[in-house]
Amino acid sequence: MKTIELSINQQVHRIEVDPEMPLLWAIRDIVGLKGTKFGCGQGLCGACTVQLDGQPIRSCQTPVGSITAKQKITTIEGASTRLEKIIQAAWIEHQVPQCGYCQSGQIMSATALLKSNPKPSETDIENYMSGNICRCGTYSRIKSAIQTAAKNAAKNTSKSTKS
Amino acid sequence: MSLESRRSFIKKAGATGLTFWLGLSYVKGANAPVISTAKSLTPFIKIDANGITIFNPNPEMGQGSYQAVASMIAEELEVSLDQITIKNTSGEKEFGAGQWAGGSSTVREGYLTYRKIGASAKEMLVKAASQTWGVSPESCRAKEGKVLHAATNRTLKYEELAEAASLLEIPKEPKLKDPKDFKMLGKSVKRPDIPLKVTGKAEFGIDADVPGMLYSSVERCPVIGGTLKTFDATAAMKVPGVVKVVSAERVIGKYSSTGVAVIAKTYWAAIQGRKALKIDWDTKGFETFNSSDYEQKLRALSKEEGILDKQKGSVDLPVAQVVESFYETPMVAHHPLEPMNCTVHVKGKKVEIWTSTQVPISVTGPGMMGSLPGMMGIDPEDITLHAGFIGGGFGRRLYFDYIVEAINVAKQVDSPVKVVWSREDSTTQGPFRPMTFSKMIGGLSEKNQVVSFQHKVISPGFMDSAMPNWDKTKLDSMMTEGISAQEYDIPNMKNSFVFADYHVPLAAWRSVTSSTLAFAHECFIDELAHKAEKDPLDFRIDLQSTNTDTKRVLKKLREITNWGKPLPAGKARGVAQWDFFAGLSAQAVEVSLAKNGAVSVDKVYVVIDLGTVVNPDNVKAQVEGAVLMALSAAIHPAITLKNGVVEQKNFDTTPVTRMSEAPEVIVEIITEGAKIKGVGEPGLPPFAPALGNAIFALTKKRLRKLPLEIDFV
Repeated sequence: MKTIELSINQQVHRIEVDPEMPLLWAIRDIVGLKGTKFGCGQGLCGACTVQLDGQPIRSCQTPVGSITAKQKITTIEGASTRLEKIIQAAWIEHQVPQCGYCQSGQIMSATALLKSNPKPSETDIENYMSGNICRCGTYSRIKSAIQTAAKNAAKNTSKSTKS
Repeated sequence: MSLESRRSFIKKAGATGLTFWLGLSYVKGANAPVISTAKSLTPFIKIDANGITIFNPNPEMGQGSYQAVASMIAEELEVSLDQITIKNTSGEKEFGAGQWAGGSSTVREGYLTYRKIGASAKEMLVKAASQTWGVSPESCRAKEGKVLHAATNRTLKYEELAEAASLLEIPKEPKLKDPKDFKMLGKSVKRPDIPLKVTGKAEFGIDADVPGMLYSSVERCPVIGGTLKTFDATAAMKVPGVVKVVSAERVIGKYSSTGVAVIAKTYWAAIQGRKALKIDWDTKGFETFNSSDYEQKLRALSKEEGILDKQKGSVDLPVAQVVESFYETPMVAHHPLEPMNCTVHVKGKKVEIWTSTQVPISVTGPGMMGSLPGMMGIDPEDITLHAGFIGGGFGRRLYFDYIVEAINVAKQVDSPVKVVWSREDSTTQGPFRPMTFSKMIGGLSEKNQVVSFQHKVISPGFMDSAMPNWDKTKLDSMMTEGISAQEYDIPNMKNSFVFADYHVPLAAWRSVTSSTLAFAHECFIDELAHKAEKDPLDFRIDLQSTNTDTKRVLKKLREITNWGKPLPAGKARGVAQWDFFAGLSAQAVEVSLAKNGAVSVDKVYVVIDLGTVVNPDNVKAQVEGAVLMALSAAIHPAITLKNGVVEQKNFDTTPVTRMSEAPEVIVEIITEGAKIKGVGEPGLPPFAPALGNAIFALTKKRLRKLPLEIDFV
């Protein structure tokens, strides 16, 4: 057992855990944020995706001890940037979720995609998002929502002076 | 609830504010221990000082019942969705036997029932207002959660009328709205669960957080059919955090097996403890079982006469040309993304459960899928269920084996315990969609008319899996689902079933046996069309001698696909339809050949026949999802056993459709028919045969086995 400091959604959590414990379980069961989901435990489905310093990671494959207190973790509960809100609004506009279980991970991946590639082509979206499984089959809506979000993010940037 | 008991109920409820529960007296057997496919009407509307609550008894698993049920009630009640709170029920007695989700039944069976509930409440509220004002009910109007009297410009909110309304008799035949006045029904209303699902706020069963909760991971016999002999937990108990190691029985249908549960302070510790277990399994001879041997057995059994499903005319009459084919489909897993899980707290006799289930009513009492309390010897009064949003059901969560097992774990500790299955557990332990093999024989006349048709299903049986004493000489009609329901007018017909013994737990998988039988049936229809040298779509239309629903759907498909216009070179399309208990759809799949010779699935046209539509956008979403699930099962590796053990473990070896594989899906909804049909499943069965038929059109290769043995891009 080790004391580990985690910065999640701009809040510092000091937890006592086995450093080998995947970040996923630390987030869900120790810190108590349930929006990040367990799907496969092998990094194959993307349901557990969170952002570490802006980069998408599979939290089920990341030992909690490998993360330093300085690194910033963002989970779906902390998705509050302008871009993330635009993405969530696009998800609602296109009525993306069915069961909804994978959607936290989908939104985390989509955010990372649009941050690194603000105008993704259809192929870019497919390549980037194919690591996230949706068993309900909402892919075409995810694709449309990402395209809408990309458009809205670009449209509003020129008008917006505040970040 | 009788009028008297409603009065006393209201008195009791009075302490917490005015409460109006609409308990409908025309609800037959709402609390009676009967299995009923009809919706039982119970208090689905609550109006009190806090506002209006509508209860959804059909668990929300992505199919949209949370919005659909609320809309059907709210439309007639004259309230908008943003004026109400929607709550999913949890198997409470007062909500009756209809608390389950499956068989595409929410709208199909509940459309009039739910509307009547809303309409009855509205009539009572209007009457209460009219009595308060001393005016006629006809001069009052309900709108947006209020009753208005236009002549005197008076209004009363539903909240203010609740108490008076609750004392009135419930109208037996409330007047329903004219569909032309609908504000929500038939319109693509935004689903109120979606904001919860894009912010991580929706609570699924796995998200249960009970103070003092422990976690458990269970090692089950890797050989299906085996069970526990002995175990040594010495090493497991040394893992920091491990609290206790116990054995726990899981029961699914006629099958029972005992596993070893490691209970720990964290799930991670439970997993580590599980790895340290030493277990001696009794594999009961099943360790030599191979799927490939079983397939041989099914092929051999196809020679048997079998049990008759339906016969018409005589298939023994001489014909000009006989066509024979044999089709094979495999077992597949459901793979809902939320792994099986259940949290249980046993306190003396009391059992409190948090989980995701399609059958809340069977968890708390007798219901559609049996009775957990009955099976476990628990008094239904002692069970409390908290049913969360479901992270995918697809039929898997119609079975409560994972709840039984979790109760058996929790019985052995004082604290609440959350049992979570790994993805590998879910993949390897079943239950699975059964494989079906089909022997098809068709007869053509000299004029290329289809004069006879035979479909013999060879498979294990759902009923045999479900019941210990199932009579195997009887027809298991779930295994011949749909094959005698197709509206082809063929004079001589014979459909039959050959039962094959099996030892693997089976489960309904979205669209049940239609998901495999349609493949054989509709590919074979295509073979007959080819032999008769006819266009496969026109051939199907011509086989409808009257104006059937199928004919209407096929004609619409012809129209939206521009069927008469040939596709560009290198492209081809196939068609199929399927009519079964859940509903009807027809599909055309467009494919092309990639440079490397692989097949690309480009576009899927779907016509779905509904009778009425509650939310067109949600219907489209359901059909898109059904097609992608069908695609998964049609092209990806199936579930197979070797030496008694499932060979696939996780999404690397049992892949599901990913975004890059998803074709464009175009959905056309038909509502002209008189019969209300289901939404969630009918989009699935025609896909695999339409794809197989498209591949034949493209390559002249007739593929008769799922998954299709050809490369896809």
